[in-house]
Amino acid sequence: MSATVEVDLEGLGAAYRAAEAMQKRRVVICAGTGCMANGAMKVFEALRLEAEAQGIDLAVELDYEHPRPGDGLLTGSGCQGFCQMGPLLSLEPDGIVYCKVRPADVPEIVRTTLLEGRPVERLLYQDPGTGEACRGHHEIPFYARQQRTVLKSCGSLDPENVREYLAQGGYRAAAKAYTAMSPEAVCREILDSGLRGRGGGGFPTGRKWELARVQPGPGKYVVCNGDEGDPGAFMDRAVMEGNPHAVLEGMLIAARAIGADEGYVYVRAEYPLAVARVRRAVRDAEALGILGGDLFGTGLAFRVQVMEGAGAFVCGEETALLASIEGQRGMPMPKPPFPAQSGLNGRPTVINNVETLATIPLILAQGAAAYRALGTPASPGTKTFALTGHVRNTGLIEVPFGTSLRHIVFEVGGGVTGKDGQVAESAFKAVQIGGPSGGCLTREHLDLPMDFDNLTRIGAMVGSGGLVVMNQDTCMVAVARFFMQFTQNESCGKCVPCREGTRQMLALLDDIVEGRATAETLPLLELLARNVKLGSLCGLGKTAPNPVLSTLLHFRAEYEAHVQRKVCPSRVCKALMTPAVDPLLCKGCTLCARKCPVDAISGERKAAHRIDPGKCIRCGACVETCKFNAITGA
Amino acid sequence: MSATAELAPKAGRKYEKVLQILDGNRRDRSRLVPILQAVQEEYRYLPEEVMTLVATSLGIPAAKVFGVATFYSHFALAPKGKYVVRVCDGTACHVKGTQDLVDALQARLGLGGSRRTTPDMLFTLETVSCLGACGLAPAMVVNDEVHGQVDAAGACAIVDGICREEGL
Repeated sequence: MSATVEVDLEGLGAAYRAAEAMQKRRVVICAGTGCMANGAMKVFEALRLEAEAQGIDLAVELDYEHPRPGDGLLTGSGCQGFCQMGPLLSLEPDGIVYCKVRPADVPEIVRTTLLEGRPVERLLYQDPGTGEACRGHHEIPFYARQQRTVLKSCGSLDPENVREYLAQGGYRAAAKAYTAMSPEAVCREILDSGLRGRGGGGFPTGRKWELARVQPGPGKYVVCNGDEGDPGAFMDRAVMEGNPHAVLEGMLIAARAIGADEGYVYVRAEYPLAVARVRRAVRDAEALGILGGDLFGTGLAFRVQVMEGAGAFVCGEETALLASIEGQRGMPMPKPPFPAQSGLNGRPTVINNVETLATIPLILAQGAAAYRALGTPASPGTKTFALTGHVRNTGLIEVPFGTSLRHIVFEVGGGVTGKDGQVAESAFKAVQIGGPSGGCLTREHLDLPMDFDNLTRIGAMVGSGGLVVMNQDTCMVAVARFFMQFTQNESCGKCVPCREGTRQMLALLDDIVEGRATAETLPLLELLARNVKLGSLCGLGKTAPNPVLSTLLHFRAEYEAHVQRKVCPSRVCKALMTPAVDPLLCKGCTLCARKCPVDAISGERKAAHRIDPGKCIRCGACVETCKFNAITGA
Repeated sequence: MSATAELAPKAGRKYEKVLQILDGNRRDRSRLVPILQAVQEEYRYLPEEVMTLVATSLGIPAAKVFGVATFYSHFALAPKGKYVVRVCDGTACHVKGTQDLVDALQARLGLGGSRRTTPDMLFTLETVSCLGACGLAPAMVVNDEVHGQVDAAGACAIVDGICREEGL
């Protein structure tokens, strides 16, 4: 064995901190997927050039080997969460956050803030409630009402710079696990923390690790499940993009706990930025000797490979994911044996979700007892959610378990938006939680403390954490159909209940939204849903009926309106609409008649038009076309 | 092995890149997915004869390679256009009107039904289940560039812009 060279984590971190302390400012531009799509990198470049032109010494890379005083450090960060207001720019120690920054705003930012130290008022966030400008994170309600621990560094540190992570104390928890703790002690600490898997199941992470630890080695694996396929969820993307080293540190600690020497990060291919950042993080950690052989002078090794998914939702299921890494079709296997007993290449394998792994270093750093201070006794800690849909503030949020839905939607989210885009108290209809595996929450659940067990009890689930807010103009039958179409499409086809059951359920839902349903449709749909749930092999099939069962439970009247009266109360299902022209509002512009694909509309110019119900195919084109709202769909 | 040796001399030049990809992955069967990803990166789809070559080189049945290629949605068995337009149909985008975007783009590009690529091989239109840019719903991606909060007119304007760049 080569001579032991321990990486001086403290020294590297301290050197970087010292160099940074000599900078007057830290200017952070959000370089998450959302802000980059809105032109964040153009703002970055404009800031660099403008600072240079004004003679401001704004470094884009810190020279930690030869530290010298400077006017500031300009850096990109991972997702800061408030995607809708992007590109976001924050300045420390000024405590300023600018929203929707364009390259054209840069000269004013440089002049007013960098040179004169004053905020540019017009770029501050305006609280729509009070109309007042909010200076920084603590004044913006979206941030002030969250509790960010896992996401704390996502959005402040530079995810492409391992030294920033080290400067914040990074990889110290891994060093502690390797040099000062036994594998048993690491498992015990995680078990005591009560951490439950964030991928959806909520299985205690410590128990999973302990099961893998007691298996005979060597040749065990740690796999990070970054195949976040739930439509409407992007927490794992944000963590991989924003703090990839935290994920790697979590994997290192897991490897110590179970005695693994190889690891895989399986990243969804739809996330190119996450793939690139995780790959970079692995390379940088290897270069510093943090990953690889002889970890922390112990002689133990852990090597990580990054694997890109190829577009199959079912690969989020752990046994399917392992098949995919082995070069097979991503089809699940019956459990037991559990992957912790026989996983990748038949070896004991721990598979954890991205957010779970990013939480591990925090637990080891502060101790299990401190971690339990947040959240509820059975669901300790915080949970990240992707808050989207008809809500004023969309983005990535983090709150302790036990927080009410009301707090999330109305305090953090700023309320529900109606059809006109304005916030209205009455607009709230439901929240879909947990994507195609989850269920919906209604007004009666607004004050329910959200944790794993409470949500399961009412037929929903935390899932991976997608929260899609829906307003009164959303048809819940159409939502259930949307998810069923998704799971039917993604069913791998291995087991009959899922392959055929989801297809038949989708056909029944099509009957309902297209007006062919009979009195037998709903009972049949419910029977089938229960059978698919009971009979399917893996989590995909077992949970696929959840959106249907949950909407049937809470919005049965809406289903009945579709079935019995052939009416869609939210006026979404086009096949159930019979458009009619209001002669008082119709100006006779002839636009609808020209748009109608089957010539069902007739009328003279400047006179009220008529729709021939016999010819009408209920496509809804005329309703959308009319500029005077003269055509209604019911 | 002998099949590889026979193929190698005549296939060598034409499939040099594929052989490089195979070697780069140590001809390791478990790396079938990354190998196919790299092949597709090169050809923009998976030509049948290349999949057969991959199967032979890895010593696995061609049926297995086809099985894997057809299982994952990222693998295309037919050539795609120069610009792949992927409209996100995740939940957040769906409730904010993905269908309008798709309808408008189909009309603009003359696509629909089973026709997903324009005859001039410039555009391929697809929907994907979620791009993870839910905060920007509705979102679409052209090759690797993400566009957020796109409406029907905006989507067509992006396509028009590409057409102008292409001198059409």
